Amino acid sequence: MFSGPPPSDYFAIFGIEKKLALDLEDLQRRFYANSREWHPDLHARAGAEQLALAEAASGALNDAWRVLRDPIARAEYVLKGEGFDIGEPRGRDVPPELLEEVFELNMALEEARDGDAGAKAEVARALRKFEGLLAEIDGERDRIFIACDAGAGREQLVQLRSLLNRRKYLQNLVRDARVSLA
Amino acid sequence: MSLFQIDFGAEDKPHKVVGIDLGTTNSLVAFMDLTAPKVIPGADGNPIVPSVVSIPEHGEPIVGAPALERLITHPDRTIYSVKRLMGRGVSDVQDELKLFPFHIAAGSESVIQLELGGKRFTPPGISAQVLRQLKRNAESFLGEPVDHAVITVPAYFNDAQRQATKDAGRIAGLQVMRLVNEPTAAALAYGLDKRNNGIVAVYDLGGGTFDISILKLHDGIFEVLATNGDTHLGGDDFDNLLLRVALEDIAAEWGTDLSGDQVAVQTLRRAVIDAKHQLSTLAVTTIAFHYQGRGYRRELTRDMLEKLITPIVNRTLGPCRSCMADAGVTPEQIDEVVLVGGSTRIPMVRQAVRALFKAEPHTELNPDEVVALGAAVQAGILSGHVHDKLLLDVTPLSLGIETMGGVVSKLIHRNSTIPATAAETFTTAVDGQRNVLIHVLQGEREMVRDCRSLARFDLKDIDPMPAGMAKIEVRFLIDANGILNVMAKDLRTGKEQTVEVKPSYGLSDEQVEAMILESFAKAEEDFNERQVREARVEADRILNAVDKAKGDDAYMELTDEERALVDNSIAELLLAYHGENHHLILNKLEALNKATMKLAELMMNTAVRGALKGTKIDA
Repeated sequence: MFSGPPPSDYFAIFGIEKKLALDLEDLQRRFYANSREWHPDLHARAGAEQLALAEAASGALNDAWRVLRDPIARAEYVLKGEGFDIGEPRGRDVPPELLEEVFELNMALEEARDGDAGAKAEVARALRKFEGLLAEIDGERDRIFIACDAGAGREQLVQLRSLLNRRKYLQNLVRDARVSLA
Repeated sequence: MSLFQIDFGAEDKPHKVVGIDLGTTNSLVAFMDLTAPKVIPGADGNPIVPSVVSIPEHGEPIVGAPALERLITHPDRTIYSVKRLMGRGVSDVQDELKLFPFHIAAGSESVIQLELGGKRFTPPGISAQVLRQLKRNAESFLGEPVDHAVITVPAYFNDAQRQATKDAGRIAGLQVMRLVNEPTAAALAYGLDKRNNGIVAVYDLGGGTFDISILKLHDGIFEVLATNGDTHLGGDDFDNLLLRVALEDIAAEWGTDLSGDQVAVQTLRRAVIDAKHQLSTLAVTTIAFHYQGRGYRRELTRDMLEKLITPIVNRTLGPCRSCMADAGVTPEQIDEVVLVGGSTRIPMVRQAVRALFKAEPHTELNPDEVVALGAAVQAGILSGHVHDKLLLDVTPLSLGIETMGGVVSKLIHRNSTIPATAAETFTTAVDGQRNVLIHVLQGEREMVRDCRSLARFDLKDIDPMPAGMAKIEVRFLIDANGILNVMAKDLRTGKEQTVEVKPSYGLSDEQVEAMILESFAKAEEDFNERQVREARVEADRILNAVDKAKGDDAYMELTDEERALVDNSIAELLLAYHGENHHLILNKLEALNKATMKLAELMMNTAVRGALKGTKIDA
């Protein structure tokens, strides 16, 4: 049933081409179909060796599913495969036009922590603004996905990486703001 | 065809896999019967075995209902709710110890040692007694040895608690084919997949643990999206609260504080539990308690109970909301809600669930039995008897390793579908270093001190070389049981690397082996004894039947040789009867069966002739 370890490439595990824009329903169907073949529960009586291979195959499938179904994790996986360094966002990933806003939000967060009720309204306002920006980024992301899949060059990937970093930065701000308001 | 048909087929059948719900308060065993799972009754006809073990001064441990009685007569020798201590160290259970009359022996840092009647027991050792009782019940009922099982655990159990449950199974002589999460098992038992593809929430409030799981059903696949819970929240907490109130009440009324008197406390505990149960159907009841010639009666209304337990019931709502958030679903998207665990009989709990999920919960299956039934279905999947269903479960807690500065670096996130894997490459920090120690933790917090230490893995026998040159790839695999396996490979040589595991909590492999050896001889003896007893019962039945047949006219129709063969077979069976070999008894039984085959036929013919004679045949 299993002749060796599963493929190490996540797209190959699903038997699909490497693409950034994926049909999630198709991916889910493939996940269930492969699970029905590979899950260790279906190899419980096949002996230790087969069971270990089933475990490895099923584990790889689950890892691949977790990464590919999430557009951000999927993009990071592809970028990593292209040799990009996916690290924590750095200061220069902050969109310059937002520097002032970010500074003000951080001030408001600080004041809110100190118990300033007025600051809360300021945090809430900034939160709405940044949530809107996140949604915009996700739209832009989908456009870049399609462009990359169409065979665009490295500059598209560089653009994608910087978009993801910007997103991560905004995401952290949004999280902090939500915690502050909760 | 013989009159005295016996089934000799049992020996060659493939082994049966049973499903076991090893609960805080009650345990049950179930099996897959042709098409549906069924619970197995004990000798008393009741499938529920209270998870209570009592150690008498002489003789074997007492388990189940009789042990429950001894909780009142011998509280110092009787243990209940031991599941709360599984996979824990003494510092984890300080709160429990205030409420439980357990005596903890010294040296309980990594495995709790309970002292009962001068002997020491570990929680897995005590749980093994409950499992052994369930195994015995299953063997008597099914008439064959049972040594493979699926055992359920709370979804929110960590690695050590799962490992402890597996150890308990091994000590009881069971090969644990799979640990299944209780809420997932319940979903399987309900077979909701037949009705629709949708989102199901399982709310499981048992005796000692609370779980919430959200699943997506798709053509027989049960995919858990997220799980959450509290391994220290359950019906026990309601009991303890009522008990404390009653004790205070009695202290005020009698001027006597009974809280130090274990016999009184256990008797009163039983009284408040009875009252709690009654209030699930009645609006008002009475706590009645008699002790040393004095009586205490207190009216308790459902309203009062609800006021008391509201804070505890509310503690289940936070995990439910987190679980929905992690699963990415809103209450409106949840199609079905399933209730599991005895505490969900409380009307207020049902009301809270209804309000939260905005759906009428399923209660068709007995909440005490549903988990064991689901475990039996999973046993059917593993043994190949159930084909259309498959569970895809998740790990409830994130897994990480300790890095610089006491920070935890997460490798596998919570709610990842299992089996789940991660790999990390390690190297040496100083020249010639031979070992690398990896500290693995479970939990959601950032710092080592806030997470739960799982184990330390020692990568040994690294070839000496300059610092930073070694490259050891460590693969972490959380298997389908939710238990961590670690493998390591030297990337330069491609050789598998030795990993020595030092679990932070729990028994070492050697300790488990020693406990298995100790119990194994006894279990063999037990089973053999029972088989001999059962063979003798069968022999009695046939000897009686043959005795009666000898008085029949048909007996005289046999030849002298045939009659001699019958007598001979009887004599041989009687000889085997007094021995201890059940195979021999069954063997001689079969011989007698064969020897009387003709007699049986003759008698049958006579009976038919007699029947025909007395019947008027209408043309």
